[in-house]
Amino acid sequence: MLSIENLHVEISGKKILTGVNFSIEKGQTSVMFGQNGSGKTSLVMAIMGFPQYKITKGKIIFKGKVINKLSIDQRARLGISILLQRPPTVRGVKMRQMVELISHIAKKKIDIEKMADKLNMKDFLDRDLNLGFSGGEMKRSEFLQLTTQSPDLLLLDEPESGVDLENIVLIGEVISKLLGKDKSALIITHTGHILNYVNANRGCVLSNKKIQCVGDPHDILSRIRKHGYQECVRCHRKKPEVIKEG
Amino acid sequence: MLDKEIKIHKFDRETKEHSYQKDLSKISVADRKNLIETGVDVSEKGRSGTFIQADHSVIHAKSLQKGLEVMNISDALKKYDWLKKYWWNAVSKDGDEYTALAKKDSRNGYFIRALRGVKVSHPIQSCLFLKKENLLQNVHNLIIAEEGSELNIITGCTTASYVKKGAHVGISEFYIKKNATVKFTMIHNWAEEVVVRPRSKAVVEEGGMFLSNYICLKPVKSLQMYPTATLIGEGATARFNSILYAHPNSHIDVGSRVILSKPNTKAEIISRAVTNGGTIIARGHLKGEAPFVKAHLECRGLILSSGGVIHAIPELEGKNKDLDMSHEAAVGKIAKEEIEYLMTRGLNSEEAQAVIVRGFMDTAILGLPPELQKGIDDLVKSCQEETM
Repeated sequence: MLSIENLHVEISGKKILTGVNFSIEKGQTSVMFGQNGSGKTSLVMAIMGFPQYKITKGKIIFKGKVINKLSIDQRARLGISILLQRPPTVRGVKMRQMVELISHIAKKKIDIEKMADKLNMKDFLDRDLNLGFSGGEMKRSEFLQLTTQSPDLLLLDEPESGVDLENIVLIGEVISKLLGKDKSALIITHTGHILNYVNANRGCVLSNKKIQCVGDPHDILSRIRKHGYQECVRCHRKKPEVIKEG
Repeated sequence: MLDKEIKIHKFDRETKEHSYQKDLSKISVADRKNLIETGVDVSEKGRSGTFIQADHSVIHAKSLQKGLEVMNISDALKKYDWLKKYWWNAVSKDGDEYTALAKKDSRNGYFIRALRGVKVSHPIQSCLFLKKENLLQNVHNLIIAEEGSELNIITGCTTASYVKKGAHVGISEFYIKKNATVKFTMIHNWAEEVVVRPRSKAVVEEGGMFLSNYICLKPVKSLQMYPTATLIGEGATARFNSILYAHPNSHIDVGSRVILSKPNTKAEIISRAVTNGGTIIARGHLKGEAPFVKAHLECRGLILSSGGVIHAIPELEGKNKDLDMSHEAAVGKIAKEEIEYLMTRGLNSEEAQAVIVRGFMDTAILGLPPELQKGIDDLVKSCQEETM
């Protein structure tokens, strides 16, 4: 589904990622750990095609096609979408209108009311997109849009942040539903909380501008909890053969 | 554009009379198209009354509801002697050269009045229509909502498709009595060389409410107005909402002013200004003179192309220690983050910008009834399709 080869990314001339190699198979859900500022967000933004995340070297291959030069919307139409950590407010654009636009582009007939009801977002349909939404409401609004879009590759940047305990179960269910058997996902998590709600088959750590470790997500999480991120770097250096994609 | 450059006296004053049309469906196809574009429903279904003036001639005036009067103001002044005390009471005759001109020689206009306690079931529609090239149309309108009554008026001003040049001076006086409500929505569809100088004042008594919506999306040469509501009774409310779009060579100077002179009065002024090359001066003035006054002013401007100018001038004037007034203003281009965000959902850059601009000119701020909302939304859509 997605293959990243020796990816180098810069923001305003500052090197953020230097030689990331990584792949996600069809139907696979990968979880990415990493400290604040390690470049996790930059990686998903570069995959989505945000122009300020400049690719200086390497390739992003999606469905067998190099997509480095494609615009955000071209990538979206190919089947990639993203849950932003902090989506902007778009004044005057109502959530209902947005969902209708997405369903029109995706050529999908949907029952907006029913979908919104499932996400406890019915009262938000006629509100301006993200205006005055709480953290959890914002996430639910994003998932309403993503469910309509139904991408083949879902990039989720900290889906659990700002969500209360009650709603995290709901969001976990929505993510699981979004990830049908042929869908893939890359989920960024800082806390690892989301692992309790989503069935992830693989984990990795992004540190020092590179992928440092790939393995079972629960194992990685418990190691990070015990020894911190430095252990991942050390372990990776010691046993580079373990990580084929490193 | 300065007033001295306009030379209002250079426009023609005289033109032929247009005949009265008892049946609106009998007017010409071309005229009908113009009327529809300013929100007039020629079938008059879902309307409580209609007033149409072409150049200086009132071609249709009718009330469809008991307790509601819709008349030519000239006829009303003859019929009701007491109207004199309202005539030139809210608007000062000596305001400027345009009021002076209207005082000397105004040509008709509408008189709309809801009798005590009468609530109109549907909007009243009005249209002031320029059919002759280079004509100066000047009207004087009077609106009275008697105690406890409710009026909802949609009024459009437009030019015939072949008219490029002309002038419109309109005096409007609103009297909103105790616990009465007037919702007034004005749509301006002028042409490239038309000069427009409305002069409007509203006086709102205790518990009364004046809601004024203004929409100007088509080209205009020079438009300047500063409608003012004075809240003279305790608990009175005024709200002004404007959606403005300036085309290249259009100069729009529009403000709204509310004078809150009694305790517990409230006001809100909201404007959305978009320029595609023209100039918009978006003014707002809240003057609080009494305790427990609450007022807010919000002005947002979007500059779509170079050459466009938006000058926001919000003013707050507090004259009492127990008042609460605030304002926010923002001028800029479309945020890149918003465009990119919508692109992640599959919209291309142009589509995303169109959606954002349309959202920016958010007609939901107008608080219109559903029967008017769709027509206004279509106007915004067609304005956008023509320009983007």
